Amino acid sequence: MTAVLIIVSVLLLVLVVGAAYATVTRARRRTFEEEAEETAAAGRGGARTAVKEAPPPVAAPEEAPPEAAPAPEEAAPPTGPPRLAERLGKTRGLIAGYLGKVRSRGSVDAATWDDLEEALLRADVGVATTQALLEDLRSRVVSRELSGPDEVLLALRGDLVALLSEPGERHHEHLAVPADLAEEAALDEGEGEVHHHLHHGETTGRELRFDDEPGVTNVWLFVGVNGVGKTTTIGKVARQQVADGRSVLLAAGDTFRAAAGEQLARWGDRVGAEIVRGAEGGDPSAIVFDAVQRASARGNDLVLADTAGRLHTKVNLIEELKKIRRVAERPPGRVTEVLLVLDAVTGQNGLVQAQQFTEAVGVTGVVLTKLDGTAKGGVVVAIQRELGLPVKLVGLGEGPDDLVPFDPEEFVDALIG
Amino acid sequence: MFDTLSDRLERIAGRLRSRGRLNDADLDEALREIRTALLEADVELGVVRSFTESVRARCSDEVLSKSLTPGQQVVKAVHEELVEVLGGEPLKITYASKPPTVVLLAGLQGSGKTTTSAKLALWWKQQGRHPLLVAADLQRPAAVEQLKVLGEQAGVTVFSQAGDPVSVAAAGVEEARRIGRDLCVIDTAGRLAIDAELMDEVRRISQVTSPHYTFLVVDAMTGQDAVATATAFHETLALDGVIVTKLDGDARGGAALSVKGVVGRPIVFASTGEKLGDFDLFHPDRMADRILGMGDVLTLIEQAERTMDRDVVERSAGRMMEGRFTLEDFLEQLQQVKKLGSLGGIMKLLPGMSKDLRQAADQIDDREIGRVEAMIRSMTAEERLNPTVIDGSRRTRIARGSGTTTQDVNQLLKQFREMQKMMKGLGAGGALPGMPAMGGGRLGGLLGGRRSLPDLSSLGGAGSDGDLAALMGEIGGSSGGLEALGVGVGAGRPTAGGAKTSRSGGKKKKKGGRVTPPKRR
Repeated sequence: MTAVLIIVSVLLLVLVVGAAYATVTRARRRTFEEEAEETAAAGRGGARTAVKEAPPPVAAPEEAPPEAAPAPEEAAPPTGPPRLAERLGKTRGLIAGYLGKVRSRGSVDAATWDDLEEALLRADVGVATTQALLEDLRSRVVSRELSGPDEVLLALRGDLVALLSEPGERHHEHLAVPADLAEEAALDEGEGEVHHHLHHGETTGRELRFDDEPGVTNVWLFVGVNGVGKTTTIGKVARQQVADGRSVLLAAGDTFRAAAGEQLARWGDRVGAEIVRGAEGGDPSAIVFDAVQRASARGNDLVLADTAGRLHTKVNLIEELKKIRRVAERPPGRVTEVLLVLDAVTGQNGLVQAQQFTEAVGVTGVVLTKLDGTAKGGVVVAIQRELGLPVKLVGLGEGPDDLVPFDPEEFVDALIG
Repeated sequence: MFDTLSDRLERIAGRLRSRGRLNDADLDEALREIRTALLEADVELGVVRSFTESVRARCSDEVLSKSLTPGQQVVKAVHEELVEVLGGEPLKITYASKPPTVVLLAGLQGSGKTTTSAKLALWWKQQGRHPLLVAADLQRPAAVEQLKVLGEQAGVTVFSQAGDPVSVAAAGVEEARRIGRDLCVIDTAGRLAIDAELMDEVRRISQVTSPHYTFLVVDAMTGQDAVATATAFHETLALDGVIVTKLDGDARGGAALSVKGVVGRPIVFASTGEKLGDFDLFHPDRMADRILGMGDVLTLIEQAERTMDRDVVERSAGRMMEGRFTLEDFLEQLQQVKKLGSLGGIMKLLPGMSKDLRQAADQIDDREIGRVEAMIRSMTAEERLNPTVIDGSRRTRIARGSGTTTQDVNQLLKQFREMQKMMKGLGAGGALPGMPAMGGGRLGGLLGGRRSLPDLSSLGGAGSDGDLAALMGEIGGSSGGLEALGVGVGAGRPTAGGAKTSRSGGKKKKKGGRVTPPKRR
């Protein structure tokens, strides 16, 4: 019986995939060729190459000397970091409205739960996490552990903070994390191997990891989908690290996006960090490798490696990213942070991104960017809850100082007012 | 990770009582599931509310269809409502009598404006027009350079100059006029909707350039914030349309529905990749499929691309339809498919698979594949090419060689023959015994009379999965066909399976018989 099913399945599959495939790949190939023609005509070799060759031998990027900035263009010393609270003040309005309603009602009823649900959903916390949070609160109201809207709100805040906390972090209200929320196993849905999975409780902590070992070049890799703010974030991180007295080398590992190297170079100038660049369309792994070598030779403490934005659905690009990480890990390099840069405006796909990137290259922490907008970034709650991945940094603007460490309490206050 | 709407509705389908009409209680339940599915797809809460109310109105007067389960009927209603909301009046682009036609792009940081500007320019250029790109993003380091590089790739001139964005934009339009371009596409810096200063700046840009079209560029993975942002931009700029980007990802794209629902302006274009050519007119039906989570064909194709030998697969598909598919071919294909991983797992990725088929897919024991393979390997080349020569003694030999029984071999041969016939029937475009939906439906229409692999470009390019999903829905829905082959699909529901096959009446061919692909560039 199963033989039939297999036959049917295989034939259907081949038929469908083969046909769709033929169309899709023909279209893609056509565009690729068109692109290749155009770029060749324009005198550049900029077409994106899939990872088809074997990894090249250790190749130095074509431009040998790194572009050093003799003095940063803007010699202004860094101003104090902005506080999350100030920047988020203006966006509280909408959600604070719901919670105001909850409080004003004086008792806990169906409308309370509706309002709370709405507040959380609008903050992109997501259906599953919202339901878990509210169910827990509801049961605690039924058991009379909580009474009245104020206590419920306090408990909600406490729960959210607890969910976002790293072990050992102290907070004002010591509310125990409800058992069922804390025990959420993450990816046990039979969806394949997870190589670099972090379980809740075994996280690396909120600090940016830096190994002081002599002979080791720390590499912090910045990854994420397109448009999230990787390059800008690197600029900000570089600024902070330089201010902390570390010597930073930037690696322009985005060899695909037009003028990406140029963009990073400008940041290097601004914040006082040298940069290693290569030709557009070149192998990003080679650049990262070269940066590590150079850093080691010149005594730079830290390499910040930019990578091209890539959707996690693109298998060949994810393979390329894996290779970049492998290459960066070759001694004397040591990858001590793989930071997933996530746009606060992202909805539930953020969780998928976190999962996929973690599976591919072992993400150690999240940088949540553009939180100075109206988006709340609530998806990070699910990311920490399900993947044990902490948010380490928050981006609050396009300037070099617009980066703060993540604080669960401040974040939750901004999330639910 | 996120259940498709179909999954959700299937789950409560048992409880949806089959009466004359979908009553309120049934509807409420179904609508709750719809609400969850849409929220998981990032549709904004307010939009979800009004949307589900529209669906309720659409459903509550409908008589329960005899051939669709209540669950399927609700999905259909949701799909129709989605297509209507996402579609509606398309934007008809008319060009200014006094050129240039000015097009202004605005949006949040990172939404894809710069790449989209270049894509738009290229799109128009390919239509024979003469656009000029204006680099008015002076905020992001190297943004002007980026546009210049893209312009070069597209073969479109880029105007840039020092100064402030407002004067640069104005100068750009003036330049376009001066050198006689008929289109002027202005890229602007990303900006937050709550940044009063920057919103004022873009308002001024709009004032001095008087754009004929102002498009908001929205990232497909945007969450609940889509509405706040779109509303603010609309209030400031009076948008004419929306462009959704990064549809090559797997974000469900509910933001598209949110923005359309709230701003009311058409979604004009869809950007489906990083290359300049990954750009097309927006298709509401494909977006509707995506929002409903119907099918993950893209992942499947990507995986296939990575692991399967494409030429082999293409050739085989063609041969299959001409009825020239042999056991040798099948063996080859089996190898290819094995590379994709668990067959059951893959089957689940195919869109539109009914729950029965998916359950059956779960039951596929990958070791069975080994046995099938062993049997075919135990055959000689001649036997594989021409199984009719396989007599009793050969059967015994094959069975012994593969560690199976003669009955197993018999069954394999018999079923393979049936499938061959069926495939050939598909190729000829006729209706197939027991699988009327397959022959009479979309696939049949597409294949009508062809001898070679049909041009399936209507199934979409790299970024779409809608038509393909619908296609697979038809294939998947005909589990009754499998019944005819003696497969007990979905234990204990033979009647339900039988009822399903009458869906398309068996004879209906797609109107026109052929599907003309959209104009390819």
